[in-house]
Amino acid sequence: MNEMDNKWIGKNTIRPDGADKVTGRAEYGADTIMPGMIWGKVLRSPYPHATIKSINTKKAEELDGVFSVATSSDCVDFPVDTPVILGIQDIRWMARNVLAKEKVLFHGHPIAAVAAMTEEIAEKACELIEVDYDVHPWAIEIDDAIKPDAPILHDFIKFDGKPSNIAGTLEHKKGNIEEGFKDADIIIEKEFETAAVHQGYLETHACLVSVSPDDRTTIWSSSQGQFMVRAMTSFITGIPQSSIRAIPAEIGGGFGGKTIVYLEPVATILSKKSGRPVKMVMTREEVMRASGPTSGSKSKVKIGAKNNGKITAAQGTFYLQAGAFPGAPIRGAAGCCLAPYDIPNAHTFGYDVVSNRSKVAAYRAPGAPIGAYAVECVLDEVAEALNMCPLEFRLKNAAKEGTKAVHGPTYPVMGYVETLEACLSHPHYKAPLKKLQGRGYASGFWFNAGGESSAQVNITEDGNVVVTTGHPDIGGSRASIANITAELLGIDVNRVSVLIGDTATIGFSNLTGGSRVLFASALVVTESTNQVIDILKDRASKIWNIDKEAIEWENGEARPAGDNAGKFKPLTLVELAEQATPTGGPIGAGHQVNTVGAEGGFATHICDVEVDIELGIARVIRYTAAQDVGKAIHPAYVEGQLQGGVVQGIGWALNEEYIYNKDGKLDNPGFLDYRIPVCSDLPMIDTILVEVPNPQHPQGVRGVGEVPIVPPLSAIANAIYDAIGTRFYSLPMSPPKVLEKISD
Amino acid sequence: MSDVKFISPDTLEQAVDVYSKSSKEGKTKILAGGTDLLVQIRSGISQPDTIIDIKNIKELKEISNDNGSYTIGAAVAGAVLEEEKNFGNNWPGVLEALRLIGSEQIQGRASLGGNLCNASPAGDSVPALIASGATVKVHGPEGERDMPIESFHSGPGKTNLKNGEIVVNFQFPKKQKNSGDAYLRMIPRTEMDIAVVGCAVNVTIENDKCVDARVALGAVAPKALLVEDASKALIGSNFEKEAVEKAALACEAACNPIDDKRGTISYRKKVSKVLFKRALEKAIERAKKG
Amino acid sequence: MAKIQVKTKINGEKTEFLCQAYDTVLDVLRRDLNMTGTKEVCSTGDCGACSITMDGRLVCSCLVLAAETEDKNIETIEGMAKNGKFNVLQKTFLEHAALQCGICTPGMLVAAKSLLEKNINPTETEIRYWLAGNLCRCTGYDKIVKAVQAAAEEIRENA
Ligand SMILES: Cc1cc2nc3c(=O)[nH]c(=O)nc-3n(C[C@H](O)[C@H](O)[C@H](O)COP(=O)(O)OP(=O)(O)OC[C@H]3O[C@@H](n4cnc5c(N)ncnc54)[C@H](O)[C@@H]3O)c2cc1C
Ligand code: FES
Ligand code: FES
Repeated sequence: MNEMDNKWIGKNTIRPDGADKVTGRAEYGADTIMPGMIWGKVLRSPYPHATIKSINTKKAEELDGVFSVATSSDCVDFPVDTPVILGIQDIRWMARNVLAKEKVLFHGHPIAAVAAMTEEIAEKACELIEVDYDVHPWAIEIDDAIKPDAPILHDFIKFDGKPSNIAGTLEHKKGNIEEGFKDADIIIEKEFETAAVHQGYLETHACLVSVSPDDRTTIWSSSQGQFMVRAMTSFITGIPQSSIRAIPAEIGGGFGGKTIVYLEPVATILSKKSGRPVKMVMTREEVMRASGPTSGSKSKVKIGAKNNGKITAAQGTFYLQAGAFPGAPIRGAAGCCLAPYDIPNAHTFGYDVVSNRSKVAAYRAPGAPIGAYAVECVLDEVAEALNMCPLEFRLKNAAKEGTKAVHGPTYPVMGYVETLEACLSHPHYKAPLKKLQGRGYASGFWFNAGGESSAQVNITEDGNVVVTTGHPDIGGSRASIANITAELLGIDVNRVSVLIGDTATIGFSNLTGGSRVLFASALVVTESTNQVIDILKDRASKIWNIDKEAIEWENGEARPAGDNAGKFKPLTLVELAEQATPTGGPIGAGHQVNTVGAEGGFATHICDVEVDIELGIARVIRYTAAQDVGKAIHPAYVEGQLQGGVVQGIGWALNEEYIYNKDGKLDNPGFLDYRIPVCSDLPMIDTILVEVPNPQHPQGVRGVGEVPIVPPLSAIANAIYDAIGTRFYSLPMSPPKVLEKISD
Repeated sequence: MSDVKFISPDTLEQAVDVYSKSSKEGKTKILAGGTDLLVQIRSGISQPDTIIDIKNIKELKEISNDNGSYTIGAAVAGAVLEEEKNFGNNWPGVLEALRLIGSEQIQGRASLGGNLCNASPAGDSVPALIASGATVKVHGPEGERDMPIESFHSGPGKTNLKNGEIVVNFQFPKKQKNSGDAYLRMIPRTEMDIAVVGCAVNVTIENDKCVDARVALGAVAPKALLVEDASKALIGSNFEKEAVEKAALACEAACNPIDDKRGTISYRKKVSKVLFKRALEKAIERAKKG
Repeated sequence: MAKIQVKTKINGEKTEFLCQAYDTVLDVLRRDLNMTGTKEVCSTGDCGACSITMDGRLVCSCLVLAAETEDKNIETIEGMAKNGKFNVLQKTFLEHAALQCGICTPGMLVAAKSLLEKNINPTETEIRYWLAGNLCRCTGYDKIVKAVQAAAEEIRENA
């Protein structure tokens, strides 16, 4: 397809779901009701670590207005020593995270749940549940969890043959690391720490579930995957997937945090036991205490380079918190951290560490910001020691097409170098700085993902188009799909409506996550639309009685081509739809496939900060993010992904952190003290969309959603150094920490 | 909870009558803007069985100016007081302190009375009220009395109100010629945070000399403090470096903070000095303008 | 004790409801009146998703008791489009892609409208501070601020 001729691809069209969202009509997880609906509430652990000796629910059951009570004894039993893998999750852990079984492993861990006439009664009933605990010592921080006499969370997890809180490791190796460091003229090694941070999606987890006496189950909930909801609920409750219909509500943000279930299986059990639809909505405090943040971390990075600026060796060790159950995103940390560079000798190593915190969940490029933070800060120091511009230094070592990455693959066409060049030629790079202002740079990478996707494209009787896909739309993907469909069919974008199907109406589609949605759904929508075009040509061929091959589809109509050119009056989509019945019936096509060919995404950011050295406050005053986005199907929503990711990174760098008190409880479970950036904290976030199309995708799409959160942590740390000459090795760089270090 | 009572009396007498009969054990609660009370009810910290909404009582909603002396009703919301332009010209420090509380949405409700009675050591308007020299009028079963703001609190979350007493209004002294006040706080973000340190300064200048000064600090002790040693250091000075430094050290010495999730002891002490100096500069600038 | 009976006006329509003393306006809107356009995100005044106006004043509906709304005029997101036509802010939010997930949008729109009723020529800083109580986790605020600027400009042009 010729770029210049695009009518809809690359245009900022109005999103199909927009009107509903600006008028309050859109229905999110907590916005629906069903007749006879009752309310569910969760009883949560008051201790960070304890064995559950017994649970007595009798008093709760007897309270007026209570319909049903659920505990882990109502769930399918998954023995702790047998993995049950679903995607990247293990159902053994998922079931125990949803309702604690043998032990409670963090403060806020669900133990039981009650469904009652009102939320208030359900809460009261929860208080009547008697739990007998055997309280154990606990470990919150990584150092406490890995010291020799640490309290062990899971007895059967062994490391080096001994019970341990190290639940897994992962490493990547390339070349010969010792030789690499021998070749280096300069070597810098530093240690880093980051605090656990929450995705901070505004919509709290919510669902409404109705189970009939024959177990037919309808789940209305907001998640990053209705099929994930169906599968996990099926595993945990034992109801077959065919009996569960999971309907995706509009989702009020997820950023990875809604790729697992918390409430759906519990509400299903409560509904099954009560015979009533059960609604459950978490409070903000419950979200903060018991839903996944991402890992806090400790790491050590060592980089060696020659005086000519070539990196000879790099080594990184990353310890990431998993929370109560195994599964820290060490792959993102150890796998992405060196990905932008062509480094002959490298070794990265990740440790998955469990401790008495809530189980981590995916958060935008899981693990990658942690790895990149350490590496990009050390690179800044190396560049300084070599007296090189940090961008030129990166350019000198940049990975290109053909580079073998430390994490394995050999890169195809990619646009990392282009992001560096775009930054070097951007006015921001040369803009003057005032006193106590500084500029920092950093790059980042995310794998991106393909995976299963399904779509159905149907032509309505009046000749318009309905597209159904299976991925919840968090950031405007429906708008992009409308653009692509309209482009392919050559019709006005307003004639295309795009819907998200439920598990009964569309084929299996994997999670909205990994920056995969548009990549994958564009593939299946393109294939389905091409099939529809083929059918349309076929119908025209029947009407004209000529060969299908002699027909072209152009500008929304079938035209006779070749020898027949000009012989018949073209047939428009509307005309063909009118004749659908006599020419063969309804017109539509679907496609389902495991998509492949998702290529990684690279970004480079420039950040300016200003530091109030008397108060220790660093503020971001200018920000520019350049990213290889493949092809921006809807540029405004691509920019939005970059801007949103950057700002989450700014929060992570400066003020966000999980703070635990001496009793092992989270001390800041609300937006007053868990400080996500507010509007007045920020400047405009400039974006540079570098377009190096992904050759393996019909429209050239690359995932764009995750990369932008990778560079900010180090870009800001490097900018602060540039402003005041002090380097920070621990996040967040909150005012007390900054001031303390400056005054030292 | 279904038997919780909600009443909204029209007169102070009615309110005091109900309040004094049932205010023991904190089971009856006064509702002004509710920006503290509703949060406390939601979290279970407060579970009143009677809620008295005082926003229909005339005196508590009134703003009056008697020849330069302002009286501000205890339940007047920040957004409302801001619209009273002349008040801000007289007491810019008090207004900016009140306006710093929460967001625009919170401003539609939050009152000086609520901020004072909630008695958080970090309440933003309290240091500014102390520095202004305002007094507070309270009405109870035994009638009315006036209190200086600095003696209103007895500790975190605790006031010296007697059983059944309601705060009616704030009375500001007539603003002195060539005086000015200012309030600054330190928060990690630019908005929506609770003060880690707050400092208010009110100075009067004659012939470049400081003839009166009141300095108050918030969030650095169990209650907001009037720092008399800082005033002493300033009064009589020309705000020369030594005097200002001495006053700043007095601020630091007055601090008796805690380490908590919002800041450390050493951080709060350092910052109290910085904020004092910055607030002083602002107050002087305002004083010089009139 | 019996429930409290309240007569109020919501989006210009007389409305009567029964509530309990602890019920907030947000509880009644969402749970009893099924007006779910106003969102509940924190219930503690920190996020602004529940923004409404009461007698023209911007407030968090999670921090107003339902019983306090007797004889008041409440405006919610549901009342913003008039006679089937978008308010200018609704239009500019769509045109500027100022929403991603959209959960903050109703509160953001109500707050922005209240700003523009006071000030049709706000600076970027004024917009940012006015909206500081409206959290958005998706957009980084950039496009929201631009959409408000665009709406203000349109209002000025038509003034
Ligand atoms: C999101 C958010 C942000 C906030 N930010 C800040 C901030 O930056 N700085 C700050 O200082 N505070 C802040 N607060 C707290 C709160 O808004 C202020 O303390 C506010 O001034 C309280 O006023 P109100 O009228 O809402 O009080 P209410 O909640 O109505 O009352 C507070 C307390 O005082 C009692 N009371 C109220 N009026 C009287 C009276 N006249 N006589 C006797 N007792 C009375 C009540 O019974 C209650 O115990 C914030 C709150 C929220 C929700
Ligand atoms: S829900 Fe009311 S401010 Fe968040
Ligand atoms: S668009 Fe998702 S929170 Fe604002």
